[in-house]
Amino acid sequence: MLVNKGQFTDWLNQLIQVYQVYAPVKEDDYFCFKKINSGDQATLNYTNSKVPPKEVLFPRSEKLFCYRCENDGVQLTEQIDESKKIIVGLRPCDAKSFLLLDGVFNSDKYHDPYYLIRRNNTVLVGLGCNQPAATCFCTSLGGGPFATEGLDLLLVDIGDRYVVEVLTDRGRELLSGMELPAANQEAQEAARIVKEGAALSTQVNLEGLKSKLDVIFYDPIWDLIHEKCLGCAACTYTCPTCHCFDIVDEAEGNEGCRIRNWDACMFPLFTLHGSGHNPRPTGKERFRQRVMHKFKYFVDNFNAIACVGCGRCIINCPVNLDIREVLAEIQGSEVRSDKQ
Amino acid sequence: MSELTRAIQETAQKLLQNREVELVVGFAEGSLPLRNTPCFVRQPEEAQKLVWGYGCENNLANYLRKRPEKVAVVAKGCDSRSIVELIKENQIDRDKLVVIGVPCRGMIDRKKVTHLLAGKELLEAEVRDGQVVLKGKEFNETVPLEQLLYDTCLTCQHPNPVLFDIMMGEPVPVKETECFADVANFETKAPAEKRAYLMQELSRCIRCYACRQACPMCFCEECFVDCSMPQWLSKSSLNVQDNVFFQAVRALHLAGRCVDCGACDRACPMGIDLRTLTRKMVKDVQELFGYTAGVSLDQKPPLAAPINTTSPATCNQDGR
Ligand code: SF4
Ligand code: SF4
Ligand code: SF4
Ligand code: SF4
Ligand code: SF4
Repeated sequence: MLVNKGQFTDWLNQLIQVYQVYAPVKEDDYFCFKKINSGDQATLNYTNSKVPPKEVLFPRSEKLFCYRCENDGVQLTEQIDESKKIIVGLRPCDAKSFLLLDGVFNSDKYHDPYYLIRRNNTVLVGLGCNQPAATCFCTSLGGGPFATEGLDLLLVDIGDRYVVEVLTDRGRELLSGMELPAANQEAQEAARIVKEGAALSTQVNLEGLKSKLDVIFYDPIWDLIHEKCLGCAACTYTCPTCHCFDIVDEAEGNEGCRIRNWDACMFPLFTLHGSGHNPRPTGKERFRQRVMHKFKYFVDNFNAIACVGCGRCIINCPVNLDIREVLAEIQGSEVRSDKQ
Repeated sequence: MSELTRAIQETAQKLLQNREVELVVGFAEGSLPLRNTPCFVRQPEEAQKLVWGYGCENNLANYLRKRPEKVAVVAKGCDSRSIVELIKENQIDRDKLVVIGVPCRGMIDRKKVTHLLAGKELLEAEVRDGQVVLKGKEFNETVPLEQLLYDTCLTCQHPNPVLFDIMMGEPVPVKETECFADVANFETKAPAEKRAYLMQELSRCIRCYACRQACPMCFCEECFVDCSMPQWLSKSSLNVQDNVFFQAVRALHLAGRCVDCGACDRACPMGIDLRTLTRKMVKDVQELFGYTAGVSLDQKPPLAAPINTTSPATCNQDGR
């Protein structure tokens, strides 16, 4: 299908009547996914968002339920968000991150209704990356600037128009109100050229990494690799696949809400026990956890690496602790068999 | 710059070779354009990793608290002032620290670069004769260095380290600026306006605490935001008021200790203006207590000493 950019804004306006539409919106000098009230608020001319669109399905802070203690008991109000949503303009790496998050929130053992209901009600309209950033390395992780995995529709920007690739029935349905022409040969050719031009400058070598990580838990490499890390959450909160959370009650008087907040393995508090013991007492154990979780434990549990190569952690780290360099260092290290 | 790099490398190598220190904390080449990154060197032959550039923006004093070993640190003006405060607060043992002072010409603000490039990606940069050449796909722009320096650097009154054991190169001239004009401007706003501004800024906060972690002076064993009994503020970011409260308490807790290095402000991934608050405290402490953080080892911190002034804050007042 083919849609010109003016028509596209009209289309968003139509969708807004029925759906909550989230799109990249400029804020300061970066972009974030925000709910838009009109099609022209969306800016699709962007590299990638500061905070990943995971915040639409798994918000930074969300109320799970609220309660009120009364004389004869407790009254509970559920806070399930059943609205129909569309995320427009998300990048292929971020779409892939949802597939990884699905593993966590919809596993054999555990179904998370808050995430899942939103997830099932959300249609994903991706936007291919004509100009990947120098920090992007999705192709090393099985993705790519025009990968379609996880998407319902993919837009390919060919200048004044988008070529729309229809990937699922849900995607097709979204377009049903529009009478769009099929992409002619000229447009298809333009799309092909755009795709070919989108080369990535960064590759990360992941070969054999997992088997290496399997045996280096006690390796001295961790003593040094984390040293400059500050222990903040700039990397994990802006990572599309990080999904750790903490649940707290926030109450005043006889009413309150149970709230789920993002949490991060880089904080000392993350593993602090009630007894005062902390099994990850220093930055070393915490940094090791971040690497291990993404490149080993997640592979053990879900047979996939929990990184999509979006490069956000590289851009946002206040001390330029670059995950690509960390992985290269591990790869370049001598393998010792693991001994405590 | 390359002379400074050479001098730093030689000094570090000697210190390690002679076993005067076990570790040198400095900067290495970073992985992004205009970026240097903190670097820990333990072997004399690794001293060549150390460099000096316009991306040495982190405050290395942050890595020096309670270290068991003898350490040397590469310190520009603001790092040296944080070191002074940390010594006074018993976080650094002066006898176990060698300060390699570096006169600083200011650091480049990557947010200003991003703003200037308006969406174009910076792939390469070079600083030459007071000009910065910014290169990317299909562009090549030359911008005066002055335009790209951090605001903290533009108003900095102590680019030359105030405390050092070895000094690299010649001192740099101190800029003559009306350094509190920004704060004065904020002060003229009506309370509602100030509040609205802070609420607007902090509405973007994701509570990643990069600001807190980047600050050499934020070292409380348990930060009040993490405390759950009592819970001083909400852990969620649902209520912007709580984000403002977090920064308000942080700024107050740093009053008289903050050296205006800007590390917190730079660390914030969301580009939130934290400096207005921290600078306001710097000015207030100068006015109320005649104290400028980090300029002298001998001067007692405010509240630990009698108040000795009521004169307005100026750039050059060190309150001695
Ligand atoms: S680890 Fe870094 S590059 Fe990988 S998905 Fe997370 S933020 Fe992106
Ligand atoms: S790697 Fe960087 S962003 Fe992540 S916790 Fe460490 S300092 Fe913060
Ligand atoms: S604040 Fe001063 S010492 Fe610190 S980086 Fe800027 S110019 Fe250098
Ligand atoms: S509060 Fe900010 S500006 Fe002040 S010392 Fe800490 S990091 Fe530096
Ligand atoms: S660094 Fe910025 S976003 Fe993170 S907690 Fe501080 S103010 Fe909030």
